[in-house]
Parts: sequence; structure tokens; C-alpha cells
Amino acid sequence: MSNIEGRDGEWEMVIGLETHAQVASKAKLFSSASAEFGGAPNDHVAFLDAGMPGMLPVINQRCVEAAVLSGFGMNSIINLKSIFDRKNYFYPDLPLGYQISQFSDPIVSGGWLDIELEGGVTKRIGVTRLHLEQDAGKSIHDQDPYRTLVDLNRAGVGLMEIVSEPDIGSAEEAAAYVTKLRAILRYLGVCDGNMEEGSLRCDVNLSMRRLGDELGTRCEIKNVNSIRFIREAIEFEARRQVEVLEDGGAIVQETRLFDPDRGETRSMRSKEESHDYRYFPDPDLPPLVLEQSYVDELRAGMPELPDAKKTRFVAELGLTPYDADVLTADRDNALYFEAAADGRDAKAVANWVTGEVFGRLNKDDVSINAAPVPAGELGALVDMIKSGQISGRQAKEAFEAMWADGKPAQTVVDELGLSQISDYSAIEALVDQVMQANMDKVEEYRGGKPKLIGFFVGQVMKASKGQANPASVNAMLKAKLDG
Amino acid sequence: MSALSDLLRLDIASARKGLADKQFTARELTEAYLAAADDARALNGFITETPEQALVDADAADARLQAGNAVAMTGMPIAQKDLFCTKGIRTTAASKILGDFKPEYESTVSGKLKADGAVLLGKANLDEFAMGSANITSAFGPVTNPWTPEGAATPLTPGGSSGGSAALVAAGAAIAATGTDTGGSIRQPAALCGVVGMKPTYGRCSRWGVVAFASSLDQSGPITRSVRDAAIMLGSMAGHDPKDSTSATAAPVDFEAALAGGVKGMRVGVPREYRTDGMPAEIDALWQEGIEMAKAAGAEIVDVSLPMTKMALPAYYIVALAEASSNLARYDGVRYCAREDGGDLTEMYSNTRGTGFGEEVRRRILIGTYVLSAGYYDAYYKQAQKVRTLIANDFNTAFNNVDVLLTPTTPSAAFAAGDVDDPVAMYMNDIFTVPASMAGLPGISVPAGLSADGLPLGLQIIGKPFDEASVLQMGQAIEDAAGFDKTPRLLAGAKP
Repeated sequence: MSNIEGRDGEWEMVIGLETHAQVASKAKLFSSASAEFGGAPNDHVAFLDAGMPGMLPVINQRCVEAAVLSGFGMNSIINLKSIFDRKNYFYPDLPLGYQISQFSDPIVSGGWLDIELEGGVTKRIGVTRLHLEQDAGKSIHDQDPYRTLVDLNRAGVGLMEIVSEPDIGSAEEAAAYVTKLRAILRYLGVCDGNMEEGSLRCDVNLSMRRLGDELGTRCEIKNVNSIRFIREAIEFEARRQVEVLEDGGAIVQETRLFDPDRGETRSMRSKEESHDYRYFPDPDLPPLVLEQSYVDELRAGMPELPDAKKTRFVAELGLTPYDADVLTADRDNALYFEAAADGRDAKAVANWVTGEVFGRLNKDDVSINAAPVPAGELGALVDMIKSGQISGRQAKEAFEAMWADGKPAQTVVDELGLSQISDYSAIEALVDQVMQANMDKVEEYRGGKPKLIGFFVGQVMKASKGQANPASVNAMLKAKLDG
Repeated sequence: MSALSDLLRLDIASARKGLADKQFTARELTEAYLAAADDARALNGFITETPEQALVDADAADARLQAGNAVAMTGMPIAQKDLFCTKGIRTTAASKILGDFKPEYESTVSGKLKADGAVLLGKANLDEFAMGSANITSAFGPVTNPWTPEGAATPLTPGGSSGGSAALVAAGAAIAATGTDTGGSIRQPAALCGVVGMKPTYGRCSRWGVVAFASSLDQSGPITRSVRDAAIMLGSMAGHDPKDSTSATAAPVDFEAALAGGVKGMRVGVPREYRTDGMPAEIDALWQEGIEMAKAAGAEIVDVSLPMTKMALPAYYIVALAEASSNLARYDGVRYCAREDGGDLTEMYSNTRGTGFGEEVRRRILIGTYVLSAGYYDAYYKQAQKVRTLIANDFNTAFNNVDVLLTPTTPSAAFAAGDVDDPVAMYMNDIFTVPASMAGLPGISVPAGLSADGLPLGLQIIGKPFDEASVLQMGQAIEDAAGFDKTPRLLAGAKP
């Protein structure tokens, strides 16, 4: 636990997260404009997104599907009837003057997900709800000395807002929660999880209380867009609140902003200035009604999620829980591993993936999908070790070469002339040759110096230019010398 | 054909025959209307006239007639209420705030009429954002009711909000016009101008591209010179639109063919709650005449009760204005409308909206904002929605026993602009039309007689959801029986 030790006792953090996950969809939530990241300013804007008179929203079925799948991913209830509401406020990057969201009747409610903590501990975090809503555009204040510019490319993009219960007790737990949630969404293919591009971002609600006390007043830190920043924001805000409370002050319920450059949170607006959003059901959209059969179909087509995959990797593939955890944390990593391990010694492949592959990915700062060594070729390399064609050391050499120029395993092994001599007669010839040339050492060995076996192995390996299978050499030498 | 003015008296059904029989061309018909443009101008019926477009449309219609692929609306010179977005043609909603807004898109309904070959004469005047019952809130000035008597100190209003549409059709300045009806905005001006106005079932016509007032109530419909014309024009306007999520998927109906069904044996409900205290005797008398006409045509009269009737108007003004306050939030000066600068963002909003919207629109936005506010939502908006459900239940119960309902359209004949200066008194104009709007039901107003002052009065027929056919059939029966053939004093092309 990471409770905070104050001047006169321990403080406990109570954290709830609101996560905004952009639905991986070609079009926006209610218009056919592109939902792609980037593009020239105001390039991805339909008439509706610009709030033109008479324009009407039509729900993007892909976003509904994403919400339902995510609900299943979080063990939630899918509500067959949900309602879109208007959240009314004025802002230049909100062209309609309201955001279409879901207020009283979300598409998904209830649920939980398990997070993994240090030492293999698991904690269950409750999920309150998931609802669909539109993103806003972007107000740009630093491109013109006098004017604010508005880019509506994001305006109307579909978001899933996922609200956790206040079950999170530390920055580590918050990080683990976001990591897990991100993994699930990526497994489902409903969100690319790219926090840098803003596809996934969090609002952190945090309050402090003395152990066992009633809940304190909370602050909301808006739009934190990396897991590291979430940790930093929580650490800072928790200490700030404890300081205020221990100095006899009171926490003001307010919205705060995290400044990553200074590592601190700052007040944005207090509750007194907060908007009255005048929520009411959007009369342009009838209630969203789902057929049970549709929902069942989506559930049946669900991909395997990280927890299930992890359990299977341990039970069926014999991986250690640690390796299984590392390999399933990210969908693409898991898929790479599974493709490489298909029909092979999974443990050996797991070692290669978690060792060499992850090592190179880290070093080159690329994602698994950009790895120059395809899963099948890694598998082929592992096969060559297994069959004794090459040694483990040779395999590492080959892997480096494969990574460097993306050639298939066999080609690289051939080009480098890597092969391990396992052929009995070839080894026997070398053994005989070495014994003949060193009859004095043979006598010494037979006279009671068994340690000399190392000398003979070394000589044979040298003679084979390192290509002889050391185990075979060893066995044959033993037989002949002891013979 | 003889004089141009004779062409101006034709309804769609007879003009269709004239065009088909080559008695005149679509261009001649259009030119007749363009020649009478001065008379339309005297009524201030148009906000924007589109004579060049009209001639292009007319020639295209003639080509179609020639090629033999004309449909009912081909070559019909109509006015579009200036709430329908028309591609490349200024669309104002009769508001200053839209500035010189020229949409890059065509509303589904105006697009359907265009596709059927209708000729666009121009964009008809209306109450600002369709908010009003007298067409006096337009930023482009009030519309004069062509029935205004000679020497009147103040012109009579045509009703609203589709006042320009109704006045133009009544005066012979457009063969027909589109309207929109939120609480009576088609039926009431039609009644006050002595023409036919039909609001179809909510969802029958697409709302896509129509400037929104109250999304759950807004519905487009035709304003015409006859019930048959209403059936013809509605056929062109109606249909499912995937771009409008509230558009109904109901099967298309040949409304004109449905007219042949007649009313023999039809059960006509007369809701006793519509007999309000202080109802003018002439309105009551007209209603009685209507009942007799229905009876004479072979219908059976049934006394019915709609207990929630008196709750409809207050509930309507909560729901409609709540939605309006949100729908009009987009006119903020940021993107396309007339901006009034200010020292900061809030001031810019305030200046833009304060000067861009007229008084009535500002009043309605304020009321709508209030009823949605924290602490008032439950007391107003939520209660109003409950009332709305009860109103629909009332109608459902009544329709278990009857096919249509017959009521007056308005509580009075046309009035002068200054006669009603209290906004709430003005809202009372919608008392007979609002309940059907709240329940999303189809309704028609048919001219059925004259007031003591010689002004037209209308009867309203309300039907079951998507049963426009019965409404039109009963409308036709009333029209036939009433034989309303009076024309207003201010008639286009009538000058020597």
C-alpha cells in the first residue's frame, strides 16, 4: 500500500478514474466525417460537426458495437435500452452548443476488472458505467497573437467514457487499472489506446482521508494523457491535499489541471463556477434499443481477453505466471508470441520473445508490429536450435542478423555458414584426429586425469570451427577415451 | 388560356391537367406568377425571390413534360418556407442572426419537391425561427393577410409561423407552399388565410435540412388551395430518410388515390373539452356546421372526451421551448452567422445573440433555459413530458372508438398585429392545434366558412398516427360540403 505518512498519522487515498477512450472507427459518432487522427485543420468536418442549421445526428453502429464489446470486456451489464442526452454549454470548439452524451441511461452499467499489483497480488476494481459521447473540437490559443483558432477535426468523434468506482488506493493501482483497461480495449480492437494522440485519457478524482474516516472532499484532475503523468499527478495531488488538511485547511471541490513540465496540479475552476449543463434527452435521437440476439452475437464473437489468455498460457503452454503476464499485457505481443509458438516448445519461444525480441524492441523503440523478424521466422529459428542444426549461441548471432536486414532464418544461417555438426561420422573423424595428435594427453587422461576431457572438447570444437554439437562431442570423446 | 391571372387561380390538380393537355407550358405558368410578383411583394410574403431559378426550373419541367416523365408536382410554381435549407440560396429562418447564410446543402423535403420538378418562386416569410402565431416576429417584417379589409388601419396578420406561405397561396402568388408545424404553424395560418394546411404524422416528412425549432414536434407539410392538392404535394414531400433518425419507416402511401375512399360509415369524434369557455359563438357555430356536413356525408358523430386537453398548451410551451433553447445554441457567432464582437468570449456570445435574435426568440430561449435548469427540470420539463404521454394516451383511447376527430382550427378569425400584444394571449392561438402536435398526430385545416367580419375560418380534422388517408378523406368531405369559394381582397394579378 502506499498510504501517505502525514505529520501526525497515516492518510489514505481514495481514487476514481474517468477514462475517455476514442472508439476505433472510420467515422464519427453521429456523422460520416473521418475520425482519423491528424489531417489538416478542419479537414474532417461534416455539416453536422460544424453545427450547421437543420443537420441531424445518426448513430454510428460501429461505436455501439464497440461499447457493447467493451461492456463484456469489463464484465458489465449491457442495457438494451439507453438514451442519448444533450449536455448544454457554450464553447467555441463545441459547435452545436451541446455535447451528445448519455447521462441517466448509459449503454453499459456495472462491472469490474482485476488489476495485477507487485508480488502477483490481484485487486478487483469496480466499474460504474460506460457511455458513448462526442468529443469536442480543439481551441488553439497559440497560433495567432489576437485570436483563438478552432479545429473541428475531433468534434463529434466517438468516445467511450468509462467510470471506475472509487476503489483505487494508490498511484500504482491507478497505473495498473489504466494499463489493464487499455489492454482489454486493445484486445477488443475498440480503441487503439494511443495516449499520446489522445485516444485514451483520464480524469482523476482524488480525495484523502485518515484511515477509516469518512470520504473527504475530492478534486478532479482533467485530461491526464499518460500513465506516467497519472502517477505523478496522483502523487502530487495527494501530498497537496494532505498538506492543506494537516494545516487545518479544507479541500475545495474543484477541477484541476496537471502540468507535466512542473509536475504539479493547478486549479482550473471551482464548483461555484461549474456549469449547469441542463441535461435532457436529445429529441433528435430515439432511445438506442438493442436486440438481445445482436448482443448475444457480439458476445459470441469476442476475442480471448488478457486474463483468459494468461490462464491458458500457464495451464496449457506451461509458462510461468510471470512470463504469461508479460506476454499477455499487450494484445499484439500476445498474438506475436502465439504465432511464433504455434506447434513448438512454447517455453523456449517465450524466452526468446521476452528476452531477445522485447530487448530489441525496447532498444529500437518500435512496436511489435514493426519488428523486422516476423513471428514465423522466430519460430523457425527456435526449430533449428531444437533440431540441433545450430547452437543457442549461433541462434543469437543469426537473430541479430535477421533483425538487421529482415531476412528469413534459413537464409541468414546459410549466409553466415552457421551449422552445428551433429553427424556422427563427421564428429568421429574429428575426435579420432584430435586423439591421434595428442596421444600423450590420452595417456594422461587414462592415467587418472579425467579433467582433461575439457581440453579434448576444446580441440574438437576448434577443429570443427565451432560447428560441432558440443553435447555429441562430449559423449563421443567420453566413450572413446574411457573405452 | 386567356389571361395570365386565370392561370393564377388554378390549383395543382387543374394545372397538372392543363400542362398535360398542353393548354399552357410550365414556363407560361411560372411567368404568370413572376408577373404577379409585385402583388406578392405588397404582402411581404417572400423573404427571397428566385425568379431566375424559377425559369430554369420551369424549362426543365417543360422538357420533362415533353419527354413524358412528368409527375404530379412537375412545373408547379411553389414557395418554400424560409426554414428549409436550399442549396446556394439564402436561408434566413426570418432571423437577423443567420446573416447571409447560404447552405451548401438542400433539405430532404425541398430536395424531393425539386426532384419532382416543382418550380421555386422564392423563400416564404415566417415568424423568426418559426416562433410565433402572427408572422410578426420576422426580422424581414410582418406579412399582410390578403383578407385584410379595405381601409383597415392595421393590416390583419396571416397567422404564423408559416404566415408567408399561407398568404402567398391564398393571394394566388404561389400555387402551393411548404410549411412547418410545431404547435399549429401550418394549420393556424391556413385557417386564417382561407387555404388548406396539412401537418402529417410526426416522422412522415424528414426534418433533415429544416432549421430546427423543437425537434420532437417539428413537422413539414403542404399549404395548398384544395385538399386534393394537399394529398398530391404531401406525396412528394413524405418518405423515410436515413439521415433523420426520427423519420418513420412507414410504407409510402398514395395519398391522392386514398381520397377516393370517402367517409361513409367513418366515425367522427367531437371532443367535448375543445368547447372552451368564452369560445366565440361563430366558431362554435362553424363547428356545428362541420358536424352536420360530416353527418350529411354519411359519417357517424361520436361524442368523445380528451381530459388532458387543457394541459396541452402549458406542457407544449415547456417542451418546445426547452428544445428550442438547446437547438438555437449553435447560433453563437463562432462559425457562420452574423457575429457581434465583444471584449471577451462571453461578451461576443452575448452581443451576437442579443442583437441577432429578436425579442420573442430571446424570450423563448430564456424560458426554455429556465425549465431545463438544475432544480427546475423535474418540476417543469419532466412533468411536461408526463403530460405529453397522458395526452397521447387520451388520443389513443378516443381512437379506439373513432376514426378521426373534428374540431375548430383556431379560436378566432384573423386579427390585426396590435390586437394581441400579450405573448401568452398570442400563445392561446394554438389551443386547438397543440394537442395533436404533442401526440405527433396528423391534422388538416380546411376552410369551411366566414366570420361575421367576412374572414375565413377553418375546421381541423385530426387522425391516428400514419392515417393521413382518413384525415384527407374527411377533409375532402368538409371541403365539398362547405364549398368555400371566396377569395381574398388582395389577389395577385387582379389589378386592372
